Amino acid sequence: MSAFLGAFLPPFIVQLVIILLKIAVVIAIGLLHVAYATYWERKVIGHMQVRLGPREVGPFGLLQPIADGVKLFFKEDIIPANADKPLFYLSPVIFFIAAISSLSVIPFFESFVIADINIGLLFLFAMSSLGAYGIVLSGWSSNSKYAFLGGLRSASQVISYEISMGLSLVGVMLMAGSLNLSDIVRAQHQYPTGMFAVPQFIGFFVFVVSAFAETNRLPFDLPEAESELVAGYFTEYSGFRFALFFLGEYTGMIIMSSISSICFLGGWTIPRFVTDLLPFLNYVPGILWFLLKVYCFMFFFYWVRATLPRYRYDQLMAIGWKLLIPLSLLNIVITAIVKIWFRGMA
Amino acid sequence: MPGTFTPSAYLPILIFLVVATAFGIGALLIGELFRLKRPYPEKLMPYESGNEPVGEPRIRFSVRFYIIAMLFVVFDVEAVFLYPWAVVFDRVGFFAFIEMIIFIIILLVGYVYAWKKEAFVWD
Repeated sequence: MSAFLGAFLPPFIVQLVIILLKIAVVIAIGLLHVAYATYWERKVIGHMQVRLGPREVGPFGLLQPIADGVKLFFKEDIIPANADKPLFYLSPVIFFIAAISSLSVIPFFESFVIADINIGLLFLFAMSSLGAYGIVLSGWSSNSKYAFLGGLRSASQVISYEISMGLSLVGVMLMAGSLNLSDIVRAQHQYPTGMFAVPQFIGFFVFVVSAFAETNRLPFDLPEAESELVAGYFTEYSGFRFALFFLGEYTGMIIMSSISSICFLGGWTIPRFVTDLLPFLNYVPGILWFLLKVYCFMFFFYWVRATLPRYRYDQLMAIGWKLLIPLSLLNIVITAIVKIWFRGMA
Repeated sequence: MPGTFTPSAYLPILIFLVVATAFGIGALLIGELFRLKRPYPEKLMPYESGNEPVGEPRIRFSVRFYIIAMLFVVFDVEAVFLYPWAVVFDRVGFFAFIEMIIFIIILLVGYVYAWKKEAFVWD
């Protein structure tokens, strides 16, 4: 396609068009996944609780997310009289941008990534921290007690678990020797087990628990614990601003699933001992493996939500600070020792 | 050569941010044209489970949130220091290993101190 465009356009414009096309494809497919993640969640949890879930709108209720989106688009946008207007207007947008722009560094399959930067993992952390701004600002600007307490709780929860999440991935960086997400996947393909989840099982455990806390999902959904705080930081939001929070939250889940797929489960590759046994699997496109891993992880999110009760806030803080941080530090030291050991033998 | 680095790999991210912002704000602005607008004073009250709001919403909150925020700064900086170390570990080798063990031990002292001071206890 670049050759076709290059025939009558300068190279800079061609590059720009290709980047824009890639972005459009990724955002469109990403948002479609977000919409159907909500449908799928309601179906899965429905069946786990011996209900049917959505089934009225369209065949098997498949048009439910579209109907929800259209409804939220046309709903009244209520701005509370005492709210800090500019911050109240902007914070859902900040939250949404921070969540979705993480998609720009995710490699979906070999050599398909919007921005192949050498600090991809660091960029993902930076964006997940920026999301906390949207939460804090919305909690503060709503001028409502529920929103204020929800924002406060969420901010300290997100920053606490960000440390353990950041530390849990240092083991992966040690093994891959890179922060570039594509390099991490390739390093895993070279590794005997094909997935870093096996040698990095402590890191994987810490990462998974932190991912649940970072996305405010059950069992760590204290910021929006409906029995105490109504809806937490977005209590006062309605209409499309509420939808932006919702989109941001589900995008966050998809991003977390993608990070775990890339850093621990081998991304778009499958372990080589599997392809040695079943060579025909080499012909399955990489994107399918990537999506399969992401879907499994999303299913795990729903499964945990249907199974576990909510933690108390003091338990949440104790798990983060007293269990996960020492565990992830231990993981780093063990990984470094093992690496030194094996090099000493070689 | 220092001073001539052009972060061209980051250009797609910039474009992505612009597109995402346009999507968020654009959807809100377009929706503004179609949306119902029927505000009245009761609707614009802060939600307090149907009661009249009592007192100020921005109450004084526990000092523990500040302590957590300060500890976060310390540990997050530590994590960021560990990233470059992890990336060049293969090239620097045993020296880097010893150095980082010392760094982690120094941090552990502060961590144990915070634990003993009950900074992680929440009641």
